[in-house]
Amino acid sequence: MVHQVLFIIFGLICVAGAVNLLVQRHPINSALSLVVVMASLALIYLLLGAEFVAAIQVIVYAGAIMVLFVFVIMLLNAGSEERSSGSRMALLIGVPGVLVLGCLIGWIMINNNKQLGGVSIAATDFGETHPIARLLFRDFLLPFEITSILILIAIMGAVVLGKREG
Amino acid sequence: MVPLSWYLVLSAILFCLGVFGFLLKRNIITIFMSIELMLNAVNLSFIAFANYWNAHAGQKLASGREIVGLSGHVFVFFVMVVAAAEAAVGLAIIIAVFRTRETLNVDRVNLLKL
Repeated sequence: MVHQVLFIIFGLICVAGAVNLLVQRHPINSALSLVVVMASLALIYLLLGAEFVAAIQVIVYAGAIMVLFVFVIMLLNAGSEERSSGSRMALLIGVPGVLVLGCLIGWIMINNNKQLGGVSIAATDFGETHPIARLLFRDFLLPFEITSILILIAIMGAVVLGKREG
Repeated sequence: MVPLSWYLVLSAILFCLGVFGFLLKRNIITIFMSIELMLNAVNLSFIAFANYWNAHAGQKLASGREIVGLSGHVFVFFVMVVAAAEAAVGLAIIIAVFRTRETLNVDRVNLLKL
């Protein structure tokens, strides 16, 4: 019961933050509402028993990535969004298409509620660092090493792109 | 006990809001934030399914492989790594675009448009 109440509270905060991201016209307000979405998602991860993922959600997403966003918004002195006509194709096909997709997913999930079953806060050592690290450094060692190369390339790319030309 | 479908519906709602932001917003930084929102929505369904499969851990699938409940967490880890790399490169591109075009409005960055 407590689990459901907590899920509903944090789910509502999540959706409210995401809607606020769309409604706000100034990018800094959008960035701050995205922080709210990420923080409440971290709490939902805790409800799912994923302690490690909740911690890196707060540290990496709500910390590092959002600080980068806010920093760029401040650096570029971004003002309010200008209203311009935009793409008519996106408005006419994209928006109804996404609405249909969302309603379809929701309908399928609600209809298959019984087969899917429920989730509860799992066994004690489920989402802790130790089992995840064992999986990461044994079964997923090669992908892990490849991501380190990816990060290295991303750093070099950011430096090259950010460098003033000439 | 929360039904798994609630988590998946929340994930779908967040994903659709992200797509709406991507389609309707005109500020390049907000569009980028909508992409991050979509990545977060996918992460939520990964974690929900990881918890779901953990209840069946140790059983064999039809293909003979054993179910590992924690794989979803590792995938979320990789998604976060890629999102961090993407944010670094994407924001560098935004700064480069702003330096040459003096605008953040995507409708004014239209050199490739016919």
